[in-house]
Amino acid sequence: MIQQFPVLVVVAPLVAAPITLLIRNRRLTHLWAMAVAWFTLFVSANLLHEVLTTGPISYQLGGWAPPWGIEYRVDTVNAFVMVIVAMIASVVIPAMPTRIRLDLAPERMYLFYTATLLFIAGLMGITVTGDAFNVFVFLEITSLASYTLIGLGAGRRAPLAAFSYLVMGTIGGTFVLIGIGLMYQMTGSLNMADLAVLLPGVQHTRTIMVAFAFITTGVSIKLGVFPLHQWLPKAYTYAPDLVSALMSATATKVIFYLLVRMIFTVFGATFVFGVLHLDWLLLPLSLIGMFVASLAAIYQTNIKRLLAYSSIAQIGYMTLGLSMVSVAGLTGSLVHLFNHALMKAGLFMVVASIFYRLATHEIADMRGLGRRMPLTFAAWVVGGLSMIGVPGTVGFISKWYLVLAAIEKGWIGIALLIVLSSLLALVYVWRVIDVAYFQSPPEGQADRIEAPPILLIPTWILVGATVFFGINTTWTVGVAEAAARQLLGVMP
Amino acid sequence: MSTDLAIILSFLLPTVAGLSTALTGRWPNARDSLTVLWGVLTFGTVLTLLPVVNAGGRPGLVLWEVLEGLPIAFEVEPLGMLFALVASGLWIVTSVYAFGYMRGHHEENQTRFFSYFPLAITAALGIAYARNLFTLFLFYEMLTFSTYPLVTHHQNATAQRAGRIYLGILVSTSVLFLFTAIVWTYAIAGTTEFTVGGVLAGKASGWPVAVLAGLYFFGIGKAALMPFHRWLPNAMVAPTPVSALLHAVAVVKAGVFSVLKIVIYIFGIDFLAAGSYSEWLMWVAGFTLLSSSVVALKQDNLKARLAYSTISQLAYIVLAAAIATGDSVVGGGMHIAMHAMAKITLFFAAGAIMVATHKTEISDMDGIGRTMPITMTAFFIASLSIMGLPPTGGAWSKWYLALGAAETGQYLFVAVYMISSLLSIAYLGPIIGRAFFRPPRADSHHPLPEGMKEAHWLMVVPLSLTAIGTVVLFFFANNVHDLLAPIAIGG
Repeated sequence: MIQQFPVLVVVAPLVAAPITLLIRNRRLTHLWAMAVAWFTLFVSANLLHEVLTTGPISYQLGGWAPPWGIEYRVDTVNAFVMVIVAMIASVVIPAMPTRIRLDLAPERMYLFYTATLLFIAGLMGITVTGDAFNVFVFLEITSLASYTLIGLGAGRRAPLAAFSYLVMGTIGGTFVLIGIGLMYQMTGSLNMADLAVLLPGVQHTRTIMVAFAFITTGVSIKLGVFPLHQWLPKAYTYAPDLVSALMSATATKVIFYLLVRMIFTVFGATFVFGVLHLDWLLLPLSLIGMFVASLAAIYQTNIKRLLAYSSIAQIGYMTLGLSMVSVAGLTGSLVHLFNHALMKAGLFMVVASIFYRLATHEIADMRGLGRRMPLTFAAWVVGGLSMIGVPGTVGFISKWYLVLAAIEKGWIGIALLIVLSSLLALVYVWRVIDVAYFQSPPEGQADRIEAPPILLIPTWILVGATVFFGINTTWTVGVAEAAARQLLGVMP
Repeated sequence: MSTDLAIILSFLLPTVAGLSTALTGRWPNARDSLTVLWGVLTFGTVLTLLPVVNAGGRPGLVLWEVLEGLPIAFEVEPLGMLFALVASGLWIVTSVYAFGYMRGHHEENQTRFFSYFPLAITAALGIAYARNLFTLFLFYEMLTFSTYPLVTHHQNATAQRAGRIYLGILVSTSVLFLFTAIVWTYAIAGTTEFTVGGVLAGKASGWPVAVLAGLYFFGIGKAALMPFHRWLPNAMVAPTPVSALLHAVAVVKAGVFSVLKIVIYIFGIDFLAAGSYSEWLMWVAGFTLLSSSVVALKQDNLKARLAYSTISQLAYIVLAAAIATGDSVVGGGMHIAMHAMAKITLFFAAGAIMVATHKTEISDMDGIGRTMPITMTAFFIASLSIMGLPPTGGAWSKWYLALGAAETGQYLFVAVYMISSLLSIAYLGPIIGRAFFRPPRADSHHPLPEGMKEAHWLMVVPLSLTAIGTVVLFFFANNVHDLLAPIAIGG
């Protein structure tokens, strides 16, 4: 059975999506989506375990041997990412039946679950496949599903945000496709492992350099790397709250994984950093992105926009660790994928709870909420402390590795810049705390309006995990470090 | 009781105290009596470790390994023992005082107040027992965040502003400098364990060590070295028990304690002194020491004057750490205890005056010695200790501090210590003079009542006890010195 797991992780949500259309019943479709998410979590956890104990797994689709057939290839890196995606989906989907103010009649909720399942199937596909063209196919599935999900947000701006993302997303997707096409033209292969063998022979050609430029730019657009991030704040702000939670915690992580895979496996670190010096571009961009986005977050009045800008800054941390090309740096990036997924999903869940009660995203409307929703706001405080990187939370672990990587290279100045940018998180997290705890609630609104358990429990699972994995890092750091060593080809 | 259990219990008890307070909030009497009980139990537990440490033992345990080489681990050495005793011992006194104060002053949200207070003690004890920089940093940040609700207790605009400065400075310095310094130390030495003789000798030299020392000294914002001192006067918006225990004892002493501990066990005093790496920090500390004394002279608000006095007294210890000789670090360690006992008395007195007569400004306190003789006598005795005069404990710690400076030929800094003592006479003396020798002011908004009117006995008894404590410390200074003696030769 376990031999089939690499394909099952994609096929399960992919097949489940159309079945949802047949079920239609609101309750049943929810249970169905939940069951599928939990099943994918079970499968990906098993895959990770298998990879850690016995090494990479190769699965040939339809029995066609690579490089002709499509190969699904699971190693430590993508098994880790699949677990992140499945884990977040398993926690967020149970909260979905709450009144999340979709532009959708309740009897058509099944369409929402269909799109969510397709979204997950696409993400899993990008992660698991070892075939470059297959990446593009799943990238499009994910994108189409996410345009739908974003467009379902309340208000008339949601479709506009979805459209704006569609334009940028299509450009990004097309760039990736052009890059893959150019590589195919030069090597005649689409299999990543095969490409890795063939590319060094032709890597000096302009075609391959252009291919690399197209792929990197395309992926960076999708990832929201500064300054290609314009679509991201709009999309996260106007999407339904739980979709923002799901997307911020999974989509960016998978796309970052794709960048890592393209750089380290397909093109090779020597070519990308030794010949093309991507780090000369990526390092400054990451640093600028961290500061510009964090500063932008400080000035937002809308809490979702604040979190969206914070995400762009956090993507900066990930690309920064990548551009330092060291075990510590890459470990920091990879462990931050997991850590950021937990905290950002948790914080968006807090936002969802607030919106559920007050139907607002404006920070100014949250006066006195600290007393009216004590548990929800306690979750904001804990998640926020993690964003700042206080010891005892996951944020500290990521920051430790990134700063260590900078100091190991002798870059004390960059180390100071990293911690300085993390301080900006203190400002934007505390702005909300100030309003919620120091200002009195509006007249006549002092009653307790704690969020219902269906929102509170997932929120606290995520926020609790930020503390748990901040203290127990055997699993997270262990896997991330193994993955980093594998990518860099450094033996322990 | 095994030492492992004692260490665990000294964290657990204050934490349980915080929870029990939160749960018994509906019955104030039960809530408050329980807090004292937990305090006594905590102090008793900490005390059981003293004979072990005095006999040369270093009890410790590893709780959990977070990252490779970064465990949450504890080890009780002399300096930490002293700090733990000071913090947990004075917590009991402060608890009693706080009941009198919070009720006498009709404060709101007392349950929240008494719930967070013990958490700060947990954090202080964690700092005291930390076996490595990581554990220290963990509890250092916990102390910052657990005291934030106490500083901003009144939840008005002033408290909010003070809270922003408090968090802003303490978190910024710790995240920017202290965290970077810890990672840097780890990168150089491969460890963050507090080790006898330090971990850096032979692994680093030259300007990076001087920069690293700077990152530590400024990064520990709780030591209030200029220019990162402003949080302390601002934190005075908190209720007085907070100012007394946290901003005269637990929080600020956690700062100077951390500085001393890092100098002794990370740099090693011989390594630091041999390379003159911290010489530039002596000037910073010396400047802080004198200028804050001068600023104290100009403060009319009693708590503000005491706050600047604290900044100056903290700089005594930071200067001692920068000088880094055996006698100076022992003197610095002794000063933690001596200053804590004296300054808590002064704050207790300030709070008692406010509750009994609603006076906060020094210029308004003429003749108050006749109305509140016990409080003002205690104030007088504690002032002697701050000035460094016998028969109070402050005389001894100042002796060793000056001795340490003189031994290395730093006569300029001996002079700095002496001038600052004179300045402390200048800023504390007039308060006593006004209280006892001037007639009450007729134009005061809060006229003094006829005859004696002390604050509630729950406040008077604690402040009398701590005043007596400063005298007791004069006669038993030897015990403190003997406890600390090992740190003079590197731990």
